[in-house]
Amino acid sequence: MIRLEPRAAPSRLMIVLSPILALAVTVAVAGILFASLGKDPARGLSVFLLEPLRGVRALSELGLKATPLVLCSLGLALCYRSNVWNIGAEGQFLLGAVGGGGLAMWVTMHRVAVSGWGFFPFVIVAGALAGAAWAAAVALLKDRFHANEILVSLMLVYVANLLLAWLMFGPWKDPKGWNFPQTVSFAPETTIPRVFRGMRLHWGFAVALLAAVFMWTFLFRTFKGLQLQVGGPAPAAARYAGFSARGALWTTLLASGGLSGVAGAFEAVGPMGQLTPHVSTGYGFTAIIVAFVGRLNPIGCVLASVLLSMFLLGGELAQSRVGMPAALTGVFQGVLLLSMLAFDALVNNRLRLGGGLVRSRARDPGRRARGGEEIVRDGHLAATASRQGPRT
Amino acid sequence: MNELALLVAATLAAGTPLALAALGLLVNERVGVINLGAEGLMLISAVTGFAVAVHTRSPWLAFAAGAASAALVAVAFGWLVIWLNANQYATGLAVSLFGGGFSAFVGVGYVGRRLGIELNYAVPGLGRIPFLGAALFREHPVVYLAVALCIFLSWFFWRTRTGLVLRAIGESPDAAHALGYRVRRARLAAVVAGGALCGVAGTVLSVAYTPLWVEGMVAGRGWIALALTVFATWRPGRVLLGAYLFGGVTMLQLTLQAQGVHLPAEFMSMLPYLATVLVLVLISRNPAWIRLNMPSSLGKPFFPTQ
Amino acid sequence: MSVPRLELRHVTKRFGPVVANDDVALTVEPGQIHAVLGENGAGKSTLMKIIYGSVRPDAGEILWDGQPVEVDSPHEARALGIAMVFQHFSLFETLTVAENIWLGLSSLVTLQSVADRIVAKAREYGLELDPARTVYTLSVGERQRVEIVRALLGDPRLLILDEPTSVLTPQAVERLFVTLRQLAGTGCSILYISHKLDEIRSLCHQCTVLRAGKVVGVCDPTVETTASLSRLMIGADPPRLVHRAPRPGGLALEVSHLSLPKVDRFGVALDDVSLEVHEGEVVGIAGVSGNGQQELLAAVSGEDARAEPQAVRLFGAPIGRLGAGPRRQLGLHFVPEERLGRGAVPGLSLAQNLLLTRREAVRELGWIDVRRLLGQARGILGRFRVAAPGPRTPARSLSGGNLQKYIVGREIDAVPRVLIVAQPTWGVDVGATAQIRSELLSLRDTGCAVLLISEDLDELFEVTDRLYVMARGRLSPSLPTAVASVERIGEWMSGLWTRAPAAAPGAQA
Repeated sequence: MIRLEPRAAPSRLMIVLSPILALAVTVAVAGILFASLGKDPARGLSVFLLEPLRGVRALSELGLKATPLVLCSLGLALCYRSNVWNIGAEGQFLLGAVGGGGLAMWVTMHRVAVSGWGFFPFVIVAGALAGAAWAAAVALLKDRFHANEILVSLMLVYVANLLLAWLMFGPWKDPKGWNFPQTVSFAPETTIPRVFRGMRLHWGFAVALLAAVFMWTFLFRTFKGLQLQVGGPAPAAARYAGFSARGALWTTLLASGGLSGVAGAFEAVGPMGQLTPHVSTGYGFTAIIVAFVGRLNPIGCVLASVLLSMFLLGGELAQSRVGMPAALTGVFQGVLLLSMLAFDALVNNRLRLGGGLVRSRARDPGRRARGGEEIVRDGHLAATASRQGPRT
Repeated sequence: MNELALLVAATLAAGTPLALAALGLLVNERVGVINLGAEGLMLISAVTGFAVAVHTRSPWLAFAAGAASAALVAVAFGWLVIWLNANQYATGLAVSLFGGGFSAFVGVGYVGRRLGIELNYAVPGLGRIPFLGAALFREHPVVYLAVALCIFLSWFFWRTRTGLVLRAIGESPDAAHALGYRVRRARLAAVVAGGALCGVAGTVLSVAYTPLWVEGMVAGRGWIALALTVFATWRPGRVLLGAYLFGGVTMLQLTLQAQGVHLPAEFMSMLPYLATVLVLVLISRNPAWIRLNMPSSLGKPFFPTQ
Repeated sequence: MSVPRLELRHVTKRFGPVVANDDVALTVEPGQIHAVLGENGAGKSTLMKIIYGSVRPDAGEILWDGQPVEVDSPHEARALGIAMVFQHFSLFETLTVAENIWLGLSSLVTLQSVADRIVAKAREYGLELDPARTVYTLSVGERQRVEIVRALLGDPRLLILDEPTSVLTPQAVERLFVTLRQLAGTGCSILYISHKLDEIRSLCHQCTVLRAGKVVGVCDPTVETTASLSRLMIGADPPRLVHRAPRPGGLALEVSHLSLPKVDRFGVALDDVSLEVHEGEVVGIAGVSGNGQQELLAAVSGEDARAEPQAVRLFGAPIGRLGAGPRRQLGLHFVPEERLGRGAVPGLSLAQNLLLTRREAVRELGWIDVRRLLGQARGILGRFRVAAPGPRTPARSLSGGNLQKYIVGREIDAVPRVLIVAQPTWGVDVGATAQIRSELLSLRDTGCAVLLISEDLDELFEVTDRLYVMARGRLSPSLPTAVASVERIGEWMSGLWTRAPAAAPGAQA
């Protein structure tokens, strides 16, 4: 009989070990899935996990995929720490792509003279504004009407998808594009400058890393960052301290929308060079997983972004080289997050093997020990929790 | 007239998967567990049900398989949030994301396949009544299942002792635990039952509503169902009503096109999602009223302190 | 020699490293009202939960009417005839009285028959209870009545009451005692858990004293004195507070004719509340919780900024519409009654929790000076003798008493001009209680104005110079503590005061 018993203090070992164990479980599941599809598990796993790290080109692709993940997950981590459940990063990403891509399209079609570096800040601004505006809708509806941000932000993802589709099939369609839903290819001058010649990695990657550093400083070294982190777990404490819940709502959503928007703009104007309905491969949703696996910590988000980029890249390679369906990546991401949530239970609790409690001497020895429903919250007997009862 | 009858029938059919999923979520939320994985459960059950239907040609086995697959995932979800006290929101999201990936993966081999199942149903006798027959009595059996379920749940939660216990658990699991009720087992049972209902809803989509499989075919209905339970203030009758209203919104798209209103197709498709946002705004304006009707322990972890 | 109704032998229970009950023995005779006395954290609640079947002991045996039994669940306890009235009521707010009671009964009877039995049993004991009312509309005293009737309907042979009087006015306590004596007269045994010495001496036949999980004595409370019982309970003479005569100065805080509608269905509306607090005095507000204290506190502290600006004045300046932050900057600090979750964020460190109300370590552009912050926190830990590993410790790791000392210390260290404290020593052990109370008195002596809201009449009598009583959203006239009596305060708690012109402090004989 295995039972969970709470620890006196969170286990630092498990905090580090939990994501590693989750990764191990995911790898095991991956192996099983490969085998079930009739492919050699060892080869499949090597393509999936090791190929993405082999060679400079692979690393460049890794960085390219990590860029939107870092940007989106940073914003989401900020939101979740403040108990603002923004699920609509995907929609904000798409709007950012529309904003940045639209600007690039306008520049291209009107043959405005720009240079790569000169145009770069405009891409950032356009993407940020568009993404933030989309997120502002969520903030407004929650602020004025108390509408739940989870559902509103998610509904807006579907709307954003349809909006993009309409633009691609309608007013923004390239007239010389053989009726494909896509814009004109953007002028080469608008492309984000590459880091190395010949590689697709662009300087947006540096922007993402800078954003991570800034986010870490903001969260852990500034007063405003602390304010945002109080309202999440303890809204009563935020009211007590005089922190504005409204301020937290708007700040986190606008920041998150802006970051996701920048990510979208980078995708459109960077590697793709044009807008299509497929500008996102679910980055906004993968970023949710990244944020949790990264424990809502900016450094963790960067590391988790790299990990999940490996999954994405590995999935693409597995598709082309081993013939695996692309959807596999989604399965692995889900398994990773679920495993991590399960292992995280061991951070605050420990496993105890063995039977029930010691029974009294008068007990009938033939009677079976009953399974336990006993999980005690903390070992302190003095009242540490706040009062319950009629006051709540 | 005939068109109106067909419209009514189509509305009922469109609203049924929403109703079933929302009723399943209602069961979950009445005991205090919020399951954001509804979309994922519906996707998993849709692909499972479709696959079983393709191989066995039996719609009933398909429904059973769909419900079972969703119930299985719900067990895992329930174990994570009830026994391990994982964050309900994060875990539910994880289930949805997993469901998306898993269903896409499994469904790869089933895109474009046909079911070959007979799809004309009619209630004997009643189906022939002019107008009403066409409007109400020529539906797939699940439509009537949804109505029956709504009636059953109303009776169960408000007229039986077990239902009262479940409502009490949703109100205050600590108090229920102090009285000796097995809170966690009851919650798990509700989560699995609710999950199974979401499973039926998902299977309806791929086996009855539009008998095919396409990646992501649930198209957000799981999320809309979540909004629906709030809109209905956790009462089965209102859930049914709301679901049919949403079905109507979906039908609105076709009606408008038939009437010659020329909005781009994409904007028409936005209608259900925008309607959901509107509904959320309308219902949430008065937070006091929500708190009055909401099971108080919704979303909060429960630690059986002793 | 009659067989004891309940007997516990060598009962032991551990929660991790903490031993809640250590080799406990308890004997309760039929028809006896037996007190279990101990301060907070002594293990009383755990022992009762073992008897009631919510918790299973690690060792020991329980004998019921002389026979050994295993009480594995509250259902089994109820089947034996053991009933419990909880300290924190286990009621369901949105259900009716009848439904609540029905849920607490094991037998499969219909709801209607339960409703009838409720009316009958309530009448039998002279209690007023309407089975159709929804619980959230009931007052605290009425809710306790529901708990009691639920227990009585089980035809109990042993009734356990866990701190039942903390939510009652003195008059209501008397009525409860009448009910309990009537019940004991029918042969039912009663286990009465409390730390209130006067009540135990007035009601109970026998008393078992627990300290740190062990039984340190069994005595007859009717022949013991409060001092001897107190000595048994804490193992030493109670710490003494140093009292200096108050020297009230100018008017610091003034509330004038404050009326506020309630925020939601659970709240209480404030009705024409007026009070004054001068520098250098401690003013208390007595009253059972649920009468508007929380609402008044929110209006004065700034968490609720709906009041008219003139309704709340700080040193003459109207602050009714200011938020909590600006009021703090003007020198108004307060300690809320909820510690974890409101006074402190459980997951943040003690140092980070400083930033909730203190901004000294925050520099321009919002940068946090970590070194200064840690230094500040360490200072508070030292000055107020808080037992914590260091300033980086998460708040949730501290015991209740220590966390409360830190929170009170944080606010006192801010050198406030006005300090408001709510339930400062609830659930806190005796040592920390004495320390906190003496800190409040020292603060008063430096000229700070202190407003103390408490349910504990002993505390109010010990610490305050003047008293108000809050009842149903209204505030009584003030009364110098020296001339106040428990009976008068008790009456006023029911709202039965006459509107006398408020006398200036210091003018009393």
